[in-house]
Amino acid sequence: MSYVVERPKLTLSERLYFPSILKGLSITFGHLFRFVTGKGKVTMSYPEEKWDDSLPAHYRGAPTLVTDEQERERCVACQLCEFICPPRAITIIPEEIPSDNKFAKVEKRPKAFEIDMIRCIYCGMCEEVCPEQAIFLRKDYAITGTTRAEMVHDKKRLYELGGVREGLVNKWNPLK
Amino acid sequence: MDWFFIISSGVKIAVITFGIILPLVALSSLAERKVSAFIQDRIGPNRVGIPMTLLGAKKDIAFFGLVQPLADGLKFILKEDFTPKHVRKFYFWLAPALVLVPALLTVGVIPFGSTMQLFGEQIPLVIADLNIGPLFVFAISSLGVYGIVLAGWASNSKYPFLGGVRSSSQMISYEIALGLSVIPVLMIFGELNLGSIVQFQDKNGWLLLPLWGDGLSLQRWLLLVPLVISFIVFTISIFAETNRMPFDLPECETELVAGYHTEYSSMKFALFFLGEYAAMIVGSGLIVTLFLGGWSIPFGDKIGLGYEAAQNTWWVGLLHLGCFLTKVVAFIFFFMWVRWTLPRFRFDQLMRLGWVFFFEIALFNVFLTALILMFVK
Repeated sequence: MSYVVERPKLTLSERLYFPSILKGLSITFGHLFRFVTGKGKVTMSYPEEKWDDSLPAHYRGAPTLVTDEQERERCVACQLCEFICPPRAITIIPEEIPSDNKFAKVEKRPKAFEIDMIRCIYCGMCEEVCPEQAIFLRKDYAITGTTRAEMVHDKKRLYELGGVREGLVNKWNPLK
Repeated sequence: MDWFFIISSGVKIAVITFGIILPLVALSSLAERKVSAFIQDRIGPNRVGIPMTLLGAKKDIAFFGLVQPLADGLKFILKEDFTPKHVRKFYFWLAPALVLVPALLTVGVIPFGSTMQLFGEQIPLVIADLNIGPLFVFAISSLGVYGIVLAGWASNSKYPFLGGVRSSSQMISYEIALGLSVIPVLMIFGELNLGSIVQFQDKNGWLLLPLWGDGLSLQRWLLLVPLVISFIVFTISIFAETNRMPFDLPECETELVAGYHTEYSSMKFALFFLGEYAAMIVGSGLIVTLFLGGWSIPFGDKIGLGYEAAQNTWWVGLLHLGCFLTKVVAFIFFFMWVRWTLPRFRFDQLMRLGWVFFFEIALFNVFLTALILMFVK
């Protein structure tokens, strides 16, 4: 079956070309005028102006480790995040917590916890899979470095970025 | 030939080429990016300034990106000048020069200002005061197409070739309209010396603004009809002549990669770029000279800022130069404004517009002007 596509009937002013050209010129000049007078501005000059304040609460920035209110590292080195991580950015070396430690009953903690931020794709699966709610994606997005080694976040840096998180998981609280 | 004439001509060539045209080219390449940015609600280049951090200061002076053209030029010089194996070397090297040289040559007959008084002599602010001004411009500027065609052909690759072919056919179609549309203007002036044409307009009102002197006659107001037509046809033909949007079919980056300069890099590409902008500046200078009174100030003759005043006081000459440059810059802005408004024509539309409409309109216009000149005094 064949279709006949009707050509739109053009009015005289449309066929003359010039009125529509003038209309187009007025539209572009309107944009230029609004921009020059400062009303049409939609861009941000990045390093000077940042959108940090308007980031949503669920923003997926750099993954970080957190400690709880007793300064215990929440990570128990179960390595679930290491297994789930799609680009394999996470490397964990677990160790046993010595028996004289206050938190000896937790049994395990990471000896080394490294996230390669060159590999990380900010998918947030590590946060989702963590049974201890120890790893969180924070709002830092400008992770830069001049060497590859600098881009690997070690345990110290991860805790620095993550800070303290209160509440949520209380099962290891010694007072309970 | 006296020595004063030779030296003053040399100085004029140096000042106009290196003091006016090339800086204008550089600034219009920045202005193009800025205007395009503003029209698209962006900011445009605003970072490149004076790199004070290199000299040990805390902050760079950004200066609204005004140093951007210098950075662009530096980039062009430092990039690898790559000549592909498959090109015809001689013509490949010749083509960029053939684009830039005609564009700069035509500057010679454009009057940049009225006259300047220096060392007790009158120096007209035009490099060569030829009696065949517009003809010289048409003759030389149409040579520019050889550069493009040669570039397309010598590149020995399909997209540049298509660009070159398109360029030649486009140039042939629009050269006719360009030449014919300027005939009514020359009929009114009765001469071809651009300097005298501007002096006439200075005294008797611009062609498109006949508000003083003899311009207040019925004949001049009736002549506005053919003049507006020939202004529009001439302007559009200049757009086609300089390969600007909406007639940039030789370049046409969405269809032909980069058209005729696909195979060019570094400074050879920069020469094409310079040539295009220089042609644009000369084109707008020609339009301004023929239709919008060149260097003359509106009502200048009546308020004592006309040609006679420039012969006696030196600053009036400078004022005229400034007036001409203002008009040219305004027209360059118009070029950019149109570029970022209109999409490119399809090739058959371009041909139809050139041969079926502009050719006939310009021809008809010649007769209309003749009739008005004959019957209305």
